[in-house]
Amino acid sequence: MQFARVACLRLLTTLITLIGVAVIVFIVVRVVPGNPIAMMLPPGATDADIERLKALYGLDKSIPQQFLIWFANVLHGDFGTSITTRQPVLGLVLGRLPATLELSIMALVMAVLLGGTLAVLGTRLRRTRAEAGIDIANGIGMSVPDFLWGLLLIVLFGVLWPVFQISGRVTPRLELPFTSQFYLFESILRLRFDLTRDLIGHMFMPALALALPLAAIIAQLLKQSLKETVNLDYAVLARTKGYPETSVILAEALPNAVLPTLTLIGVQFTFLIGGTVIVERLFSYEGLGNMAIDAVINRDLPLIQGIVILFALLFTLVNLAVDMTYAFLNPRLRHA
Amino acid sequence: MSAFLEIRNLSARLRDTGERVLRSVSLEVPVGAVQGLVGESGAGKSMIGRAVLGVLPKAVEIVEGEILLEGRDLLKAKPSERRRLIGTRTALIPQDPLTALNPSRRIGPQITDRLVDILGWEKARATARAAEILAEVDIPQPERVMRLYPHELSGGMRQRILIASAFAAEPKLIVADEPTTALDVTVQKQILHLISQMQARHGTALLFVTHDLGVVAKICDSLSVLYAGKVVEETTVQKFFAAPQHPYSAALLAATPRHTDAGASLEPVPRAVLDAVSAEIAADDASWRRHG
Ligand SMILES: Nc1ncnc2c1ncn2[C@@H]1O[C@H](COP(=O)(O)OP(=O)(O)O)[C@@H](O)[C@H]1O
Ligand SMILES: [Mg+2]
Repeated sequence: MQFARVACLRLLTTLITLIGVAVIVFIVVRVVPGNPIAMMLPPGATDADIERLKALYGLDKSIPQQFLIWFANVLHGDFGTSITTRQPVLGLVLGRLPATLELSIMALVMAVLLGGTLAVLGTRLRRTRAEAGIDIANGIGMSVPDFLWGLLLIVLFGVLWPVFQISGRVTPRLELPFTSQFYLFESILRLRFDLTRDLIGHMFMPALALALPLAAIIAQLLKQSLKETVNLDYAVLARTKGYPETSVILAEALPNAVLPTLTLIGVQFTFLIGGTVIVERLFSYEGLGNMAIDAVINRDLPLIQGIVILFALLFTLVNLAVDMTYAFLNPRLRHA
Repeated sequence: MSAFLEIRNLSARLRDTGERVLRSVSLEVPVGAVQGLVGESGAGKSMIGRAVLGVLPKAVEIVEGEILLEGRDLLKAKPSERRRLIGTRTALIPQDPLTALNPSRRIGPQITDRLVDILGWEKARATARAAEILAEVDIPQPERVMRLYPHELSGGMRQRILIASAFAAEPKLIVADEPTTALDVTVQKQILHLISQMQARHGTALLFVTHDLGVVAKICDSLSVLYAGKVVEETTVQKFFAAPQHPYSAALLAATPRHTDAGASLEPVPRAVLDAVSAEIAADDASWRRHG
């Protein structure tokens, strides 16, 4: 029962991680300067008013006490009420999650396709000037951060040559027949490709901005491991069978070369999700990241906590997915 | 007998340093014959095999010569035509069975891929052929083995599979690059016997690369002795073992254990012989440089 033991261990470490994150966030948002009460009250409110509001939100108790109350509620599925909107945190956060998930996954797909293509192309053209060109492009892709790519894209494709939308998730005047927040996914399922186009027109630039640094990292690492793999004996044997170089790279080398890259993609994808916070803000994309910035500006403590916990949960799930894919792709582990 | 493979004056060098690794090599493999290619490690044996199969390392470039397959020069053919000729008429039995099979692909497709993709066979026919040829090399339960991954099989089994794969498309020429060197001593004999048996049954020409003259005596018709990328002697097996002509070949033979006098003391190749053959090669290089 090797698998069951590994799974239990995994679940346990996930829980401990989440609780750790919760404790840290809880303390940090309470010790940094600025408090929500001061921002809610009109100038000239009395001390009594302040105390009353503090009591209302439970902020009059000590931090450990507050945490225990919050934690007990969380165990019942109650993440508290947003101070600014007065709506349940869970509903708010889950309402925004699909937008961020769609953006991150689209960015990941773009990064994998772009990075993979560059890696294969670079391997095919190894020891030529074109490979040096690809290396330079990768170097640039990696050293420019996602939000700068975002600004650059806005200037290029939003202003100088306006082919993509620079703001929002969808054109506001459109009638949306959706029942979930997974707009893109649902538009495809409902065969409303007019809406799919509009959604992609909005998502393209923020997704590309998030994707470019990751694409460059994937391209570089995968190319390096492809270049080692194409000289291995089984690749040479395939060439003697009459296969052209591109087939050898794709059919023989690629399946073996992706494994080391996969682990890296897992780690980097969590960075990408983190990057949505600023990039969503830049493109006024209505996702979790944008909401997080508003929550921080307004010192909306329950909302910040809810968002951070959700991000932490996302990260651990991504890592879990990577480990499972790794085991699935590696025949040696699959049969172990 | 006409030569199926003929190499004429083939010279190759390292791109970076210009160092010669093949020095005007000429050799012939007649249709259905077994040609040995003997030399110490680093002599350039694998380099010749790889040149024939069009898979030289990128660090090595051919500077002159011809490689004629059925009279057609592979070095002058278009890359696609060269791949087609090599893929349909030749095959390789590699040195190390542990690294020559793709770890992430099942055995079956690694045998049928050439039949389907390069020779254009129907998939069902290729699968049947793979099972048949696996049975011929004494793989038990071929259908089951074809569904396994390489790591589930022993080195000896994998080498049998690679031999089967080489013979599957009935090539006219097989290059075997030290096909027993990486195996256990106990398995070496069986594999050698198997290759010899398959070669005779299918009438395939064999370019057999080895550093072991004992092996040459067992399975080759004729042989070329290679030293530092130069063929110092080309002759039949009979003549060679009766009376090697070149001092280096003679010294190599003296350094080889024989079954008759197992345990007898072996003489390493004497210093004087090595110096003489090195001087011969240096003179050769000097005249080559004057012309080129
Ligand atoms: N990939 C390579 N790049 C550069 N030099 C090589 C490479 N492979 C082999 N050589 C050199 O070419 C010469 C011949 O090697 P090889 O044909 O492998 O010898 P062997 O007779 O042992 O098969 C050796 O001097 C070796 O160092
Ligand atoms: Mg060799």
